[in-house]
This record gives sequence, C-alpha cells and structure tokens, in this order.
Amino acid sequence: MSSDLFTSLYVFMLAAFIGFEVIRRVSPLLHTPLMSLTNALDAIAVVGAIILAGEHKTTLSTVLGTLAIVAATSNVVGGFLITDRMLGMFKASRTQKPRP
Amino acid sequence: MPSTEHIIELAYLIATALFILSLKWLSSPSTARRGVRAGEIGMFLAIAGTLLHHSIVDYKWIAIALVLGSIIGVPLGMVQMTAVPQRTALSHAFGAFCVTLVGTAEFYLRTPAIPRMLMSVLSMEVILGSLTFTGSLMAAGKLQEVLPQRPITYKGQNIVNLSLLAIAIGLAGDLVIHPGHVHMFPVVLGIALLFGVMMIVPIGGADMPTVISLLNSYAGLSAAAMGFVLDSKLLIIAGALDGASGFILSVNMSKAMNRSFSNVLFGAFGQEQASGTAQKQQRPVRSATPEEAAAILSAANKVVIVPGYGMAVAQAQHKVRELFDALTKRGVDVKFGIHPVAGRMPGHMNVLLAEADIPYDKLLDMDEINSDFPQTDVALVIGANDVTNPAARTDTASPIYGMPILDVDKARTVMVIKRSMSPGFAGIDNPLYYLDKTLMLFGDAKSFVGDIVRELGGGGHR
Repeated sequence: MSSDLFTSLYVFMLAAFIGFEVIRRVSPLLHTPLMSLTNALDAIAVVGAIILAGEHKTTLSTVLGTLAIVAATSNVVGGFLITDRMLGMFKASRTQKPRP
Repeated sequence: MPSTEHIIELAYLIATALFILSLKWLSSPSTARRGVRAGEIGMFLAIAGTLLHHSIVDYKWIAIALVLGSIIGVPLGMVQMTAVPQRTALSHAFGAFCVTLVGTAEFYLRTPAIPRMLMSVLSMEVILGSLTFTGSLMAAGKLQEVLPQRPITYKGQNIVNLSLLAIAIGLAGDLVIHPGHVHMFPVVLGIALLFGVMMIVPIGGADMPTVISLLNSYAGLSAAAMGFVLDSKLLIIAGALDGASGFILSVNMSKAMNRSFSNVLFGAFGQEQASGTAQKQQRPVRSATPEEAAAILSAANKVVIVPGYGMAVAQAQHKVRELFDALTKRGVDVKFGIHPVAGRMPGHMNVLLAEADIPYDKLLDMDEINSDFPQTDVALVIGANDVTNPAARTDTASPIYGMPILDVDKARTVMVIKRSMSPGFAGIDNPLYYLDKTLMLFGDAKSFVGDIVRELGGGGHR
C-alpha cells in the first residue's frame, strides 16, 4: 500500500507540473472553455463509479455508484457540448463574413 | 494474446495522453476544437475500457445511469452564454457529488479494515468533495440569483468557518487512528457539507470569478484523492490537471482583484465592505447625447471599447457588435479591452463577445491593451465601473487601491455608458466620471448603443 501510495504521489506530482506548464500557455481569451473542458475531463471519475455500480457488492454501494454515474455523465456530456459550442463562436477577423 | 486487464490499462494510458493533448491544443483558438475532440475520444476509450472490467457483474444500473446522465447533460450543455458561470458552478457540484458518493461507498465497503494511509486520503477525498459540492451549489444559486448576491457577513465568521473545517479534519483524524469509530463518518460528511455552505455565504457576486476558480481547483483535487483511493493513475492525472487549472485561474483572478494569495487558499475574501456611499460628493459631470457620441466616435481613428458585466446584463453585446461593424466600415480601428474579472467567471466576457460575432483577435487582455490607451482617441466604457477606476492607481485610501485597472483615463476622450451616477457593486465612487475629458452617456446600454449605431448608419453620409 505505502509503495503504491508513493508511486501515486509521483504520478500526481508529475501531472501537476505538466498541468501548470500546459495550462499556463492557454490564452486568457479561452479561460471559460478551459474551465468547462477541464470539468468534463475531471468527470473521468465516472470510471470509478461504473465499477462501483457494476460490482453489486452491497445495495448501498450500488445506489451510490449509480447516482455517481448520473452526476459524472451529465458533466461529460454537458461539459464537452458547451466547450465545443463556445469554441465554435471564436472566429478570427479574416473568416468573418462581410456584412451587407 | 493480451488479457482484458492489459486492454483496459492501455485504454487508460491512451486516454491520459489524449487528455494532456486536449489541454495543450486549447492554447490557441485555431487548434482548440481539436482539443475537445481529443478529450472526447479519451473519455470514450476510458469508459469503454472500464465496461470490460471483470468485476462488473451487472450492467443494468450502469446503462440506466449513463442514459439518465446524458439526458441531464444535454440541456446543461445548451445553456445561454450568459448562464455559463452558473452552469460551470453546477457542474463543479456534480463532479464533487460523484467523488463524495464514491468515497462514501468505498468507506462503507472497506470499513473497519482500512489502512491508515488509505483512510487519510479517503477522508481528504470526502471532505474536499462534500465542501465543494455544497459550496458550488451555493455559488450556482448566487449566480442564478435564486440566492441573495450580497455578501452576508457577521462577526467572527472566519473563526466559525475555520473551526468547522478544523473539527471535520480532527474527526477524520480520529477515524484514521481508530478505524472502529464508523459512526464518526457521517458526522465528518455533515460538517464538511455545512462548511461548504458557510464558506460561500460571505461572498458577493463580484468575487465569483475567484470563487468559481477555487471550487474548480477543489473539485480537481478531490478527484485526484479519489484516484489515490482507487489506485487509478488516470483519475489522479485528470484530477491533478483540473486542480492545476483551477489553481492557475484562482491566482490570476486574485491578482486581478488585488487580493493576496493566502486569501485565495482559505477562501476568506470579500470582507472589506466599502462604506464609500456616505461620502459621495455632488460634483458636476459632462453628459452627451447619442448624436454627439456618434459624431465623436466617427471622427476617431482609434477606439477601445471596455465592456463590463453591465453590458452582459443589459444584453447589449449584439448592439455592440453593430457598433463595431459600423465604425470598422468607416475605417475606425476598434479594439476591445477586457479586464480579467469583467465577467462572472474567468474569460466570460470573451465568450459573450465571441458569441456576438466579434473576431477574437480584436479582444485584448488588460496587459495587452493598457499600453494602447495613450494613443487612443476614444475609450468607450460600457457597463464597467471599478475596473476603470483610476483611484486604484492613485488613491491609497481607496478600498480598491492597488487593483490592476484598464487605464481608460489615459485616452483622449472617455465615454461612459451608465444608467445613473450610482456607484458600482463595491459602492466606490469613480473619479473617472468627473474628468474634463469624460462624457457620461446616461441610459440603458443596449438602447444607447443602438441609438449611436442608428446615428452612424442614418445621417452618416459623407
């Protein structure tokens, strides 16, 4: 357990560094889509919930797992959808249609 | 032949790479949509891989929950752009809810034989998850204006709040040392849930960009903690990325509002309430009509429009686009100067203007635009107040002293569209309005901009 925990800590630390370096480069222009995208990615927690609900160990764990899947899936679907909608609105000057 | 186990791990590995690429591609608007695709594929692979897991014996509830979640998710993805902040807060709540539920289930499955290290991480997961859950619900309620936007403060609030958190952590510590104290678990949960509510009570609408970012970070960290508990590298990495993102945004927002870093970490902001309304002076201001404003704007070479949340409230962004088009057609160089806290969440104003079809290369960040103001003929402020207040630069007694602002007062002429002379959200008087070069355009942002556009279009034949 404790060696696993340390492996996990290494993974966490490296991921945090990568996160800082990658996200620092995101222009303030896109900070709202950034938040909705990370929110959708964060809903990867759904994988834990799926196993919990599917294992069927106790009634409590199945109920909690099922609810957790609902919550996370709505973030996955809603998060990607709104991020894509927002990004579709960002257009550069040259692609702007000439107005009549 | 690789085993199912290996296939699942491989799917997770690819998903992780795609998640990182997804954020990398978000750095530029030209590749950003590719980033969304990468994220979607990664998510699909991870979920598909998980469904192959050997310990799953029953798919019925999984299927029902996936369908139900999608049904809820679609309308949440189709909300109006002005409602994106509350949608985001709500999705932080959902994410944290998921983490808390899984943590709770794990606790009751494994108790009382939980190793101490595992129980420590599990407590962190559940405490962070539940305070983010109620905190985000509160934030969403305030943003949706179903809860009062004004901050509610009382004496000793910080002490009460920090004690609550300390008690929750203390009881969790007790659980770590004495795994038999199972009855303590719901108490820890309850106190953390309560703390989430109390944490947001003192926070006003103007502080929302910081709060949302902070909750984003908490949601990420709680998911990472869940990854530790379940020993899922994928979850740890996704949580760390989300946590880092929320952290960077929180720091950005707190810098933009001139609040210290420790304030951000403890969420103890929005305390100093300005009592500036009492000492408001009756000084003369110059006002102008739409015709006069149109004449000045069309004579300008360089115009910078500074939009604030008031513009979004008045739903004036499409009229502003028409103004942008009319002026651009006359050869005026029009740009937008955007303060980091101009909307209700980081980057919100950019989305609102992009929705109104304003090209994104005309949307400039505070740092990019500030050097332009001395060469600007007209700075047109629409629905923004405190972020243009020169007192932040000069008046050490001002509650917003030190806050970085847009230097609109350096432009040759300043025009401010405002309903009345009433002070802004923080209740601070703005000396900008009394400058000789400032013209006040009194009225509703949408109809006033509409009137200017009509003047420019109608009588504007040269």
